[in-house]
Amino acid sequence: MKQLQLLMGMPITVEVVDRSVTDADIENVFAYFRALDDTFSTYKEHSEISKINRGELCEEEYSAEMKTILAVSEQTKQETRGYFDIQHNGIIDPSGIVKGWAILNAAHMLKAAGFTNFYIDAGGDIQVAGTKGGNPWRIGIRNPFNRKENVKVLAVTDKGIATSGTAIRGQHIYDPHYPHMPLQDIVSLTVIGPNVYEADRFATAAFAMGKRGIYFIEQLAGFEGYMIDAAARATFTSGFERYVLQQ
Amino acid sequence: MKKTIVSIVIIGAFVIYSFLHAHSGLVAVAPNTPAGSRSSSSSPTAPSSTAAPGATATSGATSTPGSLYKDGSYTGSVDDAQWGVVQVKAIIKNGKITDVQFLQYPNDRNRSIEINSIADPQLTSEAIQAQSANVNIVTGATDSSDAFIQSLTDALSQARA
Repeated sequence: MKQLQLLMGMPITVEVVDRSVTDADIENVFAYFRALDDTFSTYKEHSEISKINRGELCEEEYSAEMKTILAVSEQTKQETRGYFDIQHNGIIDPSGIVKGWAILNAAHMLKAAGFTNFYIDAGGDIQVAGTKGGNPWRIGIRNPFNRKENVKVLAVTDKGIATSGTAIRGQHIYDPHYPHMPLQDIVSLTVIGPNVYEADRFATAAFAMGKRGIYFIEQLAGFEGYMIDAAARATFTSGFERYVLQQ
Repeated sequence: MKKTIVSIVIIGAFVIYSFLHAHSGLVAVAPNTPAGSRSSSSSPTAPSSTAAPGATATSGATSTPGSLYKDGSYTGSVDDAQWGVVQVKAIIKNGKITDVQFLQYPNDRNRSIEINSIADPQLTSEAIQAQSANVNIVTGATDSSDAFIQSLTDALSQARA
């Protein structure tokens, strides 16, 4: 069973292969994303994050989820030498970390409900579990210059995959060390990691590093990356080819 | 972590949906006024100049009881994405959105480019190359531009049961 909804300003797709799945199981996942959006959306006037940004809440009043997100954001900032930073112009926008975290938690919900073969895709960031028809999930890396094409096909099971890029949204990632400098060299960076939360936060940070980003992924144990530059050349990490589908 | 590496490949049927209802008559629903003619100061591309009447729906008009949408495929408005235009088609099956396809999408390949290849013994570099379209899922940068949301919202408003 496969369903798609527009939530958090992006298409979210859930497919569960296990036969016992019902509409309600999938609706639970979407309901979870909706609830998180009510807390973390900077576009919603009454969200907790908007209240925090207006200075209406003191730290003791933050929800447990908010505290977790702020803590993992700070941790990611440390781990990426400041390249991942949810603060910009004095405003906190945690959307760069909430998405991966939300997908991973939703995947845990499906696991806890007894499902073993599924994927959750939120705006191109994906957690896969088990297999589809007995084979690893086949994931295409979209050509950033032509969205009808894939430039790589991966065969993956029980992993997270995230891509940061400039594609349709234009420039939404910036280098926190030089916030006014556009990032032009790199158009797309895909990261495969132990789960989508890890893959997403490191893809975002590494993308902000520009051409050095792929080296950052190379030195992270358990992660592989595929970077595409503006000249349509790809550079990939030493273990990446293990995940490439042999056609 | 276990890794099952099996070969054999099948499936990949996204595109087929679009043809399922394709024969059942085109209905022009709205005049050509793209919902969001947000003009961007940097590139005043008029969305209407580029393509297609704003909204057309190809619908089998089967509605699933209690669901929000009628089955069929619905073409959204053409919206300006600053670097070009975006237009999507939403596919509804059994009252649920099963796929969103891009009919038009900006292509930014023809920028001026300075090539600076990376030389490093551990990393490998290659020219990107189109692969088989036979995949289950696609990873890419998030599609959340205003133009995308507008075109999709337009398609879904036509699909309302």
